[in-house]
Amino acid sequence: MEMTFPVDMNLPINLFTIFDMVLLSMLVIVAIAIVRLNSLFSIVMLFGVYSLLSATWFVSLDAVDVAFTEAAVGAGISTVLMLGAMLLTSREALPTPPLRRWTSLLIVTATGIALIYATFDMPSFGDANSPANSYVGMEYMARTITDISVPNVVTAILASYRGFDTFGEVVVVLTAGLGVMLILGIGGSKRAAGTAQLKATSTPEPKLPVTVAGAKGPASNHHVVLRVVAKMLVPMIVLYALYVQFHGDYGPGGGFQAGVIFASAVILYSLIFGMEETRRAFPPGLVRFCSVLGVFIYGGTGLVTIILGGKFLDYNMLDKHDPIHAQHFGILLIELGVLVTVAGVMLSIYYGFAGRYRELEDRNW
Amino acid sequence: MLEFIVGHFNYWVVIVLMMTGLYVVISTGNLVKKLVGIGIFQTSVFQLYISLGKVVGGSPPILEYLPKEYAKEASNYVETATKTAVATEENAIQPISDIGGTIDVASDPLMGVIYSNPLPHVLILTAIVVGVATLAVGLALVVRIREEYGSIEEIQINEAEYKQEAGGS
Repeated sequence: MEMTFPVDMNLPINLFTIFDMVLLSMLVIVAIAIVRLNSLFSIVMLFGVYSLLSATWFVSLDAVDVAFTEAAVGAGISTVLMLGAMLLTSREALPTPPLRRWTSLLIVTATGIALIYATFDMPSFGDANSPANSYVGMEYMARTITDISVPNVVTAILASYRGFDTFGEVVVVLTAGLGVMLILGIGGSKRAAGTAQLKATSTPEPKLPVTVAGAKGPASNHHVVLRVVAKMLVPMIVLYALYVQFHGDYGPGGGFQAGVIFASAVILYSLIFGMEETRRAFPPGLVRFCSVLGVFIYGGTGLVTIILGGKFLDYNMLDKHDPIHAQHFGILLIELGVLVTVAGVMLSIYYGFAGRYRELEDRNW
Repeated sequence: MLEFIVGHFNYWVVIVLMMTGLYVVISTGNLVKKLVGIGIFQTSVFQLYISLGKVVGGSPPILEYLPKEYAKEASNYVETATKTAVATEENAIQPISDIGGTIDVASDPLMGVIYSNPLPHVLILTAIVVGVATLAVGLALVVRIREEYGSIEEIQINEAEYKQEAGGS
């Protein structure tokens, strides 16, 4: 561990703190811009910027896995979902009446002052001996080498020490996905039937609903660049997702990030080629099945360890000769479950929103 | 005083961001903007957790050495460490001088490297993914509200609601 740039960590203000302060100021500026704007499009795009800045700060705070997730989720999926919801609702927010503005400001200021008063008792930033950094977290850090022996301690905790918690999180993700499916329907199977009927009844007319997906003639030529680039990008994104998945033990990454990246590859595909094509490549039924299958793989691994004589998610039972090998095997299995569920749920959510929206017509591109 | 400010600056910014999010939630009547406000609030909680787990001078919690590599790396480590210890005699940081040339895995499994706390990272990593899933539920509700009432502004929704009630009774 040698520092290659001159930073004196003993100074109260060094290069690191200046970097942090610049990032934090940018975060505050973006947040205030979001408060002041009324155009929903700008607000949603700025929220993506906010997430990306926040991910940068997480890197500076050594939380590379978190930064990875925040960049993929915040700047990727959640921006797409918000844009989708905005398209389905409205583009402008009504300005806030002054009375309400001032009352809110009063409440928020009072709460803020109370909270800032409470921070005077908090341990100072980066304190290695603070309560949060003294007990179980550092214990995991020290034990991972002998217990699990994967370099990425975050993966070790997520998948092994706290595997049961992660199982809970995966189930929560599935539940939220089911919630969206119940509220919005499962990605336009009804709509698809509707357009099919429409096509069947109005075949002789030349003014067919020329969708981006359906357009295979000369009409689609004007975004040929997008199509070619997307066609090259999508496999690479999927490959990257798999790399993140299988390299999660050794570097930042894992099932959550890989699932989100995989879903964003499919979303990119659908943005360029249209929902109809996407539904053919990744049928909604398959996606729905995947979101449940992942939870099944995860829970199934737990059940297998019980059957082999251990406790729920006690991976050491998977290979009784080499506990470390068993741990690696268990982590691989449950990360696979996380990948399948997260990708499935993100895609079913996306299908749910996209199914509400008519295909973008060619002339509107 | 300066050290106190630098040591607590992160909390104050996080609180400012949290309050900005809260302000958006309670001041605006637009449901999509409200959800963005909740997003800002949520991210500020993530930032609070992660900044609590930071250790000054630490590196990301990805181990540099594993047992298999120990035998090889440990000798290199001792060599380079003694070299640096000689080079910087006056320096306060001399991790290897205490160990005295032998690496004992039991007493110092991390081999003198400082890492940040991985536990908050795990909590927040999963919370981010759960966060986007719950955000999607919120957005789905907003879309349904818009389909039902024709608006996503609180005032107009309330008006439509009153009209429906008046018409129904």
